[in-house]
Amino acid sequence: MNALTDPEIIKGSLWLIPCLPLAGAVINGLLGKRLPERLVHFVGCANVFLAFLISVAGFFTLVGIDEPQQRFLIQSLYQWILTVWHQGSFSLEVAFRLDPLSMALCLVVSGVGFLIHLYSVGYMAGDESQSRYFAYLNLFTFSMLLLILADNLLLMFVGWEGVGLCSYLLIGFWFTDLEKAQAGMKAFIVNRVGDFGFFVGLMLLFWTLFEGSNGTMTGLGFQQLRDGIPLLGTANPILGVGVATWVALLFFVGATGKSAQIPLYIWLPDAMAGPTPVSAFIHAATMVTAGVYMIVRLNFLYVAAPAAMAVVAVVGGLTAFYAATIALTQNDIKRVLAYSTISQLGYMFLAVGVAAFSTGIFHLVTHAFFKALLFLGAGSVIHAVHSNDMLEMGGLKKYMPHTYVTFMAAYLAISGIPPLSGFVSKDEILWATFNSHLPVAGLGKALWALGLLTAGLTAFYMTRLIALTFMGSFRGGSEKEKHLHESPAVMTLPLMALAVLSVVGGVIGLPAVTHLPNLLHDFLGPVLSSHGASGHQAHAYWLELLLMLISIGVATTGIYLGWLFYVKRPELPGKVAARFARIYQVLEQKYYVDEIYQALFLRPLLKLVALSGHFDLNTIDGAVNLSSRVTAKFAFLIGWEDLKIVDGAVNGLAEIFKRWGAAIRHLQTGRVQHYLYSVVLGIFGLCVFMFLF
Amino acid sequence: MPYSLPSFLVVSSLLFCLGMYTVLTRRNAIGVLMGIELVLNGAGLNFVAFSRFLEPSQTASLLSGQVFTLFIIAIAAAEVAVALAIVLSLYSRMKTIDVEEFKQLQG
Amino acid sequence: MKDIIFNVFILLTVIPCFWVALSSNIVHAAFSLLITLFGVAGLYVLLGADFIGVVQVIVYIGGILILIIFGVMMTQRGKLLPLSIQLPGKVFGAVLTGVILVALILTATRSLWPVAAVLEEPQPTSAAIGDLLLGKYLIPFEVASVLLLAALVGAVLIVRRSVRGE
Repeated sequence: MNALTDPEIIKGSLWLIPCLPLAGAVINGLLGKRLPERLVHFVGCANVFLAFLISVAGFFTLVGIDEPQQRFLIQSLYQWILTVWHQGSFSLEVAFRLDPLSMALCLVVSGVGFLIHLYSVGYMAGDESQSRYFAYLNLFTFSMLLLILADNLLLMFVGWEGVGLCSYLLIGFWFTDLEKAQAGMKAFIVNRVGDFGFFVGLMLLFWTLFEGSNGTMTGLGFQQLRDGIPLLGTANPILGVGVATWVALLFFVGATGKSAQIPLYIWLPDAMAGPTPVSAFIHAATMVTAGVYMIVRLNFLYVAAPAAMAVVAVVGGLTAFYAATIALTQNDIKRVLAYSTISQLGYMFLAVGVAAFSTGIFHLVTHAFFKALLFLGAGSVIHAVHSNDMLEMGGLKKYMPHTYVTFMAAYLAISGIPPLSGFVSKDEILWATFNSHLPVAGLGKALWALGLLTAGLTAFYMTRLIALTFMGSFRGGSEKEKHLHESPAVMTLPLMALAVLSVVGGVIGLPAVTHLPNLLHDFLGPVLSSHGASGHQAHAYWLELLLMLISIGVATTGIYLGWLFYVKRPELPGKVAARFARIYQVLEQKYYVDEIYQALFLRPLLKLVALSGHFDLNTIDGAVNLSSRVTAKFAFLIGWEDLKIVDGAVNGLAEIFKRWGAAIRHLQTGRVQHYLYSVVLGIFGLCVFMFLF
Repeated sequence: MPYSLPSFLVVSSLLFCLGMYTVLTRRNAIGVLMGIELVLNGAGLNFVAFSRFLEPSQTASLLSGQVFTLFIIAIAAAEVAVALAIVLSLYSRMKTIDVEEFKQLQG
Repeated sequence: MKDIIFNVFILLTVIPCFWVALSSNIVHAAFSLLITLFGVAGLYVLLGADFIGVVQVIVYIGGILILIIFGVMMTQRGKLLPLSIQLPGKVFGAVLTGVILVALILTATRSLWPVAAVLEEPQPTSAAIGDLLLGKYLIPFEVASVLLLAALVGAVLIVRRSVRGE
């Protein structure tokens, strides 16, 4: 056996995969300002490249193991948490797990990550805080690899939070611009909502498993969880719904936050405020797919909760369609791509929702290729035009030939033109959806139709993007036109690499009609539940071929319409928009969801804050009369609510919190000794407790 | 008092509680610091007393207690250096070291 | 004889300790603290911890206490402020600490400690402590050294900034 593919060596060096980027982040973060620019670039890119090399070695090692069930390597670094109680013990280790699933993601993250790091060297050239940028980007790579390689849920959660933090840091990278800083905060806060769901799910899972196992569960490792899942079935249902379903749904809430699904998708379009390579890396290729990865990782849990699976599939399908409709009307090139990402993520959730886990990962991989390419191409365009607005572009084909050609490859892939990668994976999702066995009859077929429609919309809006950007003549003014230029080689080389991957990426998951092995599916097989087989079981040869032809037909129709609207007869879009003005308006304003959230959640909160602030002015007598006033107010409120129930409930709650806050803030005297008193009081209480009981 | 473990523990409890009382009741920041020193000494005395009197075990050296006291002394040194620096800096800014005056953290 | 020395050191430790807590003169309190620390050093020696005793004398009395006395001297310009808080606060603190003291003493005297049946003769500890510090506790030792360095640099920085800021 080749020395490089000796399992022991890879097992011993698994920790290097995440920790090399961490080292890069530390070096660039602490010393970057003093290092020469070239060294910053070198450190930033080299560590990701090394991590990629180790991943490749790991891949060959895994493939080298003959028995597919044995294809996993676990490296345990140290014991993180150890608790012993009367029923047994519970321990968590910082352990990394390399199995086919984490392998696939690892290759994508480190490989695409390296290309994007390389691209960033060109894109960020001249920026003053490049070292900070590369430190953040490396830190993100570290967190993402940690999330992927973690062997237990809690360690995964660490990575999960880490990528959220890095995403926030990078979206708000140019924090002197208030709008961009706010976009970062929005992403962070919306993600927190999802993370809350994830964490509650984690607690519920932990609690149920350890309550019910009588000490046989000793940790949260994925293998242990897989063995422990049947215990969930024996637990008492909560509100008539099984615990497994609850846990699966709560984890899915986390996934909707991280992967920008309905209803928590709103942060992703704003996240485009960050540098474009960041959008490509974090908000297209890797972080936003963490939710999909998590669900596939916990596939045994989801298989045990069919109702939750159906919810996942429906949310995925709806998001795919919904985001595609918004993408039709946006004029900001990055926003179009952002909504497209949301839509494609919807496809992935649709796939995992119908138990086609390997297909979901397949689309994740191909999407990482072509969407990263699209973003990087858009970045190249923005780099040249210095604007995000597609109405100020046009005719770039002749100025930026390399970007154009690579962009076309990605465009054809996402639009679903065979045999490019996007077509293969998207079609497999549609086929799996068509064949699915969801609890509601006909739901599978309906979702299939929705997915098909979305495929048409995708082709249409991508054609619109291409037409507005590269076709026709330049609309940004002659002054700008003089400065148009192709991007430097350090930017176009990654584009070409990704273009090649987008074109040929489909070979890893060929559909059943070709009678060739579906490599990815076979590779992932051992990790997935037996239930989670994709469309390969049913060999309805002709049906599959027919559906494939239909989806090709829809895609070409979409492209044709796009071409007709934006190249052949450019006056048509205006007419259509005028004819359906109201619909157009709704789409352009993104269904007013931001406004609705603003009115529902943000305004009351801000009002509360303002009220509390106002209350700061008159605090002195507030404390004294407090209890009586709260009571009086409450009584008054009860009478008042009869009149205006809706308003009253909201304001009343705010009022109560306001009063509570006023009472509690007096505990904050600002004197250190008083805080110390509370500590001593605690010890005092403990002593009393000890001697009384 | 006899030369035994409980006597030492009582002495260290006295040091600890008097130190705590000092910290709680002093208005002078340096007085508070002195109280902290007493508390730390009480803890250190406890460690050494246990290292002297406990049953020796196979797994761990009893001298560990003394090593911990060493660490406590080191930390006390660091703490006093920083705390006095803060006190002096506050004094030069606010012309007082009365801890009751330092209440900018008030909510 | 040993018991007498032992009790002398206990008194040497505890009595000034009350003075530290109750005295209304900060300078008296500081010097009482000196005696207390000295008493504790004596108790260390009686416990067979010769090394710790010496360190206590050198670091605490030679370093920390001198720093504190410097601090007292440098901040006593201007009006003398009352050393302690008012009476109600004192009573409250006394009750709290009193109860905790009772609890601690009860724990100390009533518990069954796993005490060695026969006390070994104290051995010189320096060599063994050195072994532990550079062996089992190497990392905490190094961390403590970094902490000390950071504290010293930080202390200088804090004071310098405030002086410069004027």
